[in-house]
Amino acid sequence: MTLTNTVSPDFPPSHIAGWYIFNTWLQNTLNERVRLELHDSFSQQQEAIQADAVDMIYANPADAAVLVREKGFVGVARPTNRVDEAVIVVAKDSPAQAVEDLPESLKVAMTAQPDVSTMGMIMLEPADITPDTVTKIERDTYALVAKSLMDGDADVGFFLKDAFESLSSFVKSQLRVLVTSDIQVVRHGLMLGPRMQQHKEALQAALLSMHETENGKDILSGLGFEAWEALHSEDVEFMIDLMETLTV
Amino acid sequence: MEIKDITPADVSGDYEEHHITFYDGSKRTVLVVDEEVPYPDGRLIVSVTDLEGRITECNKSFVDMSAYSRDELIGAPQCILRHPDIPSHVYADLWETIQAGKKWQGYIKNLRKDGRYYWVLATIIPTVRNGEIVGYASVRRKPSRKKIDAFIAEHLGN
Ligand SMILES: Cc1cc2nc3c(=O)[nH]c(=O)nc-3n(C[C@H](O)[C@H](O)[C@H](O)COP(=O)(O)O)c2cc1C
Repeated sequence: MTLTNTVSPDFPPSHIAGWYIFNTWLQNTLNERVRLELHDSFSQQQEAIQADAVDMIYANPADAAVLVREKGFVGVARPTNRVDEAVIVVAKDSPAQAVEDLPESLKVAMTAQPDVSTMGMIMLEPADITPDTVTKIERDTYALVAKSLMDGDADVGFFLKDAFESLSSFVKSQLRVLVTSDIQVVRHGLMLGPRMQQHKEALQAALLSMHETENGKDILSGLGFEAWEALHSEDVEFMIDLMETLTV
Repeated sequence: MEIKDITPADVSGDYEEHHITFYDGSKRTVLVVDEEVPYPDGRLIVSVTDLEGRITECNKSFVDMSAYSRDELIGAPQCILRHPDIPSHVYADLWETIQAGKKWQGYIKNLRKDGRYYWVLATIIPTVRNGEIVGYASVRRKPSRKKIDAFIAEHLGN
């Protein structure tokens, strides 16, 4: 049987090769055939999850509820050095200096990354801007969100903070950050589906010691991670609660 | 329930002394300074409590905005932030809602250790494990000024 591994589509494009190298390591470590299937969009990935075609996923926290409650996934590990923060960005010459300066009827460019959209909308609330008063412009990538702002198609854009920071310096020079979230506790995690759970302990042990070898360090750096830490079921439950508390 | 009083050493500027009686009948003396601390943009304040509302975890935003140290907060009841201006029926409604297993959302004026205050929009949910409520989790965010003014007009009577 071939198992299927996938990655939340919000990972930086520069890490694609890193995820393939990680997948090779995974097959060698587990002595199993594992195929890495990268989805172009969150909706495609959700279809694959619904069709039980995913056995392992580096998951966005907003997907944890469905994975655990409906699909029987368990957490295994998460990177020690990654948190999700959202930024709201405007074109450099936008008159807005603060969220409160924005009009209630607003064109917002965003990707489908669910935790970032949630935090972005929350940061617009102080200006009485709600999902009902905005026009959402969904783009496939953060580069295209940036383009919508530069072309004047959108008034503000939502970005994952890390994704915004990794845009080219030319693009960044055309844009301005209006507000950055500071929640500190929203994090992705690696989760295993029912067909893969017999490997949980061995995989967790291998992941937690990954940073101790040169080869392991190279694999981690290809993913943008420093090390893995254990992801306990209580951590996953907390992430589910947190997402529930952020969505209204 | 035991919470340390706020003492003159904790506050600076003019203050008024208030005596709060909590839901469980215990009392606390607080010193209230009539000065709002603006809610910083983008900050999200997170805490987790046990069934009695004692704080078991909180993030750095909670520590920074409350002016207490993390050590003072962990294990303390969540009402360490209670401001005497908020009528107790607001909290009663909050507890009734979450104890019934539902999500509560509302505006709260919070009292800092230094006697100053900050407004939040709070969302509180029960944390359910194996079908039972084992505690509560809350995220607070920056509220709309318009909504705060409406809340003050409705509940604070001025
Ligand atoms: C998870 C959670 C978060 C809470 N957050 C606050 C808060 O930020 N400020 C506050 O005054 N009360 C908060 N409360 C309500 C307090 O527990 C308490 O009801 C309130 O401070 C008034 O005290 P009393 O009910 O003992 O009179 C929270 C309760 C829970 C369960």
